[in-house]
Amino acid sequence: MFHTETLMEKNSLAIHLEKHVDVIARKCYQCGKCSAGCPVAEEMDLPPSIIMRLLQTETQANDDKILRSYSIWLCLTCEMCLCRCPMEIDIPSAMDFLRQMSLSEKKVNPKAKRIIAFHRSFLNSIKYTGRLFELGLTLDYKRRSLTLMQDIALAPRMISRGKLHFIPEIIKGRPQVAKIFKKTSKKEN
Amino acid sequence: MARIGVFICHCGENISATVDCVKVAETIGKLKHVALSVDYKYMCSDPGQTIIKDAIKEHKLTGVVVSACSPRMHEPTFRRACAEAGLNPFMCEMANLREHCSWVHEKNDLTTAKAIDIVRTQVEKVKLNHELQPIKVPVTKTALVIGGGIAGIQAALDIANTGHKVVMVERSPSIGGHMSQLSETFPTLDCSQCILTPRMVEVAQHPNITLYTYAEIESVEGFIGNFKVKVRKKAKSLDEKICTGCGLCTTKCPQKKIPNEFEQGMGMRPAIYIPFPQAVPNKPVIDREHCTYYIKGKCKVCEIVCPIKAIRFDQPDEILDLDIGAIVIATGFDIKHADFFPEYGYGKYKDVIDGLQFERLASASGPTAGAILRPSDGQVPKNIVFVACAGSRDPAKGIEYCSKICCMYTAKHAMLYKHKVHEGKAHIFYMDIRAAGKNYEEFVRRAIEEDHVDYIRGRISTIYEKNGKLIVKGADTLLGAQPVEIEADMVVLATAGVASSGAEELAQKLHVSYDSHKFFAEAHPKLKPVETNTAGIFLAGACQNPKDIPDSVSQASGAAVKVAALFSQDELTREPLVAFVNRMAPPLYTTCVGCFLCQSVCPYQAIEREEFKTRDGKLIKAVAKINEGLCQGCGTCVALCRSKSIDLHGYSNHQVYAEVMALLNEY
Amino acid sequence: MKTGIYPGCSLNGSARDYNESVFALAEAFSLKLEQVSDWNCCGATAAHNLNKDLSLALPSRILSLAEQNGIDEIVVPCAACYNRLTVTQTELRKDPELKNRITGIIEMDYKGTSRIINVIEWIDKYITPNLEGRIVKPFSHKVACYYGCLLVRPYKVLNYDRPEDPQSMDLAMSKAGAEPIYYPFKTECCGAGLSISRTDIVSKLSGKIIEDAESRDAEAIIVACPMCHSNLDMRRNDINKYWGKEFTIPVLFVTQVIGLAIGLPAKKVGLNRHFVDVKVN
Repeated sequence: MFHTETLMEKNSLAIHLEKHVDVIARKCYQCGKCSAGCPVAEEMDLPPSIIMRLLQTETQANDDKILRSYSIWLCLTCEMCLCRCPMEIDIPSAMDFLRQMSLSEKKVNPKAKRIIAFHRSFLNSIKYTGRLFELGLTLDYKRRSLTLMQDIALAPRMISRGKLHFIPEIIKGRPQVAKIFKKTSKKEN
Repeated sequence: MARIGVFICHCGENISATVDCVKVAETIGKLKHVALSVDYKYMCSDPGQTIIKDAIKEHKLTGVVVSACSPRMHEPTFRRACAEAGLNPFMCEMANLREHCSWVHEKNDLTTAKAIDIVRTQVEKVKLNHELQPIKVPVTKTALVIGGGIAGIQAALDIANTGHKVVMVERSPSIGGHMSQLSETFPTLDCSQCILTPRMVEVAQHPNITLYTYAEIESVEGFIGNFKVKVRKKAKSLDEKICTGCGLCTTKCPQKKIPNEFEQGMGMRPAIYIPFPQAVPNKPVIDREHCTYYIKGKCKVCEIVCPIKAIRFDQPDEILDLDIGAIVIATGFDIKHADFFPEYGYGKYKDVIDGLQFERLASASGPTAGAILRPSDGQVPKNIVFVACAGSRDPAKGIEYCSKICCMYTAKHAMLYKHKVHEGKAHIFYMDIRAAGKNYEEFVRRAIEEDHVDYIRGRISTIYEKNGKLIVKGADTLLGAQPVEIEADMVVLATAGVASSGAEELAQKLHVSYDSHKFFAEAHPKLKPVETNTAGIFLAGACQNPKDIPDSVSQASGAAVKVAALFSQDELTREPLVAFVNRMAPPLYTTCVGCFLCQSVCPYQAIEREEFKTRDGKLIKAVAKINEGLCQGCGTCVALCRSKSIDLHGYSNHQVYAEVMALLNEY
Repeated sequence: MKTGIYPGCSLNGSARDYNESVFALAEAFSLKLEQVSDWNCCGATAAHNLNKDLSLALPSRILSLAEQNGIDEIVVPCAACYNRLTVTQTELRKDPELKNRITGIIEMDYKGTSRIINVIEWIDKYITPNLEGRIVKPFSHKVACYYGCLLVRPYKVLNYDRPEDPQSMDLAMSKAGAEPIYYPFKTECCGAGLSISRTDIVSKLSGKIIEDAESRDAEAIIVACPMCHSNLDMRRNDINKYWGKEFTIPVLFVTQVIGLAIGLPAKKVGLNRHFVDVKVN
């Protein structure tokens, strides 16, 4: 498939990235330094420098590939790529944007189910108490991901070391936090 | 009675596309004092110029206005044409209808009206022009070449061979520059010193060249053909005239652990030293910063052992005053070193070296006599990684440009390594391969195909040390950015080429422009690569931009010819469009009150003091006088003079006023 | 200058030992640390991964609360929270329109004037200058100072130490009597928030960090981030299993090291809560 097909014109991911996150994909000259230093590059289907090249083609097919990739969810936002990029392209911010776009366009890679489940469980926990309730997070995650037996072995030692609370802490500003969640959920983009 | 001839040029379509040239010619033709007004397609062409010349003779014109392009394009052309027809060239003015009108407006009546206005101002001005005579200044036929690298050497030899005198000033103890540090040169793999040293000797022995090494430029004043240069000969601490260069002192000096600049820190030298065995001049100097005698007042071993007592500890620096006609800047370049790279270790890994250090390792006269050995433990590296684009093409590090020579010398380094260590592995991490010169691409292919050098496309993220090896983390972008990790014994960084240290200060001393990277600025990037914007000062070699030896040599010869052209005349002609302070009969002499405010603002130091005295030497008044040789006609003094005693030839207050009035008045 | 503290959810929960050691040091040096009242979670990784506005609103509420408390300087011992708070403050300062939108969401006043500092800055400012006479048990061991990602990157926003081969923790540790080693993995990521969803990746990455430290004869890895500590310490069994090795090197917080050096008992600085035995004395 040649990338001269179906040019995205004003709607390409590259244009969105430029507008919303100040990331200019054109600047990338494919040196590969980001992929070379990325701790999870080996696990990724599309290493960061390849994502940059796909963005540059500004085609529907390649934009789709990016949003449906596993890579964007594996990214740890460790900021190593930006630290070393000779063009100072803010790849971590681009990754955040691509993740949010992937969700809103419902193009999430099925392999990323657990990773997203974890993030959602985390946020759910804060929504109801204002602070993270680790036990709540874990139980919610297990429910979403059906990984019931995972890390069971850790529990006793965590408890004996006082690292696992059984009662969530609820802050006074809980309604405020809930309101913040409500106001930002419409804009979940 | 003024008879002005006006010539409107269509400039092909450049002007006529938006300006109605015929209408302009018609309208101007109706003005008072305009003897004729015509239009033509290409005024600067041969037939065009003939029209002007014929018109001058036929209509006995007293002034000419050529309404065409910018005077910066063709003013000399039209002035020459007028001179050939017998009209003083300074009675010819140009009205810029192109850059100031047709190129910046759309086609409509207003544009044509503006064109008419522009021509009218010049018609009014030219009526007040004077028949000026060009100023003649003498030319000192001695050239100064700053820098003794290959470019400087080539320029000096070329100028000297035209029969003119050359003074070469080099700040290190020997000429030769970076080329003398190289082992072999691409694409022929010639031994660098073998092709360079004969030239170095030629410079030293040439009857027309005076060589000052261990010397720097102290100050430069004056102007083209008439520079006054002060050179500081740093004290070498010995009598050069009697020193035979036997080198005994260098072997006996007890201070042996000073990092050797020539070896790029890979070897040591004593405090009294000859930089390298083939140095020209082959005489030592004392490094006063590290010599025990200058630090503690003790030692003096060199003085004791010198067979002819040539050591002079108290020798002062010497300042020479030179009269120079033209200057060639050939100060070369430097490279960034390993400590410039945070992700590659901030320079703390002994086995991460830069290109020049590798050259010293590979060089037969280097610290390892040409064997490629690890600086850390002296072992032969079995696996070397070469990193191209280390610092270049890297806006994050402040170096956006390409350093041009690294792709080639990296291929060369890998080849030299493979030739010396047959079973060794050489990997080059690159972004692109820039091999544009003659036989360059073939050279790189040779490295890949014959010498089995492994080229991996991708930049490396980091280098760190583990178990005595260097772990290099890179990526192969041609394989989908697959991570590549290599355990190397040595890493050679092809670091960015940068301006030579002290370039900025030198540029300021010479009043020559330079860019944000401190490279000297050429007068025009395409058409004037060896000239600067300062008349009489030329450029040669890598001081303008990193470049390889063939380009440096070509440029040096180019600069030499410019100098020779300058020296081919005994006198230089300068445009007489300079300022002047009025003079009149005694007792007034001039309306200048002698405040000398003009002197403090003149950017060219062109204002001098003239004293009017009585017959018995008593001072009447001291007033300002413009040095016609230095004045550039900028007009700052004219604007500033509080008594309105200064005016500008060719742009007098009266003329400018006439132009303004022409615009304001109806016609 | 009123100094406050934003502990964050980890210090409140599974990184209790870190919290204990911070307050133990504050007590030992008579430093006041007022908690930001009614603080909420900063959103950590989950928020900025899923929802930009949420990831800015949650930290803004915290900063706004700090301003209301009159706190000029907020100490944030958790590197991730430190990173999120600083990024938020910078983004809102750079873009007034964004600031207006976010303050509209949190419905609070926000000036963005508090100074946000990490635990090492707090130590350098208030503890190290007074450390000299107080060392009773110098921590004379070889240590691998592990900074992780979020303490020093992105440099343009945090402006702290230097992103390549940072030295602030190393210097602080040497003042406590330790011998920091050359440690190239000091800023490599430990696997961060994938601890539960991709434990294998954490095992791989954290394992590399531990392996390098042990191979250079470090006797302890020092951290300033509860997430890193959790990955390097709590996940040790998984790491060992993944690598087929038995890594024994303990992981201590910077504050614990200094606490031990000034003679505080191990329990006081929370050493008993670690998964990997800390046998150093």
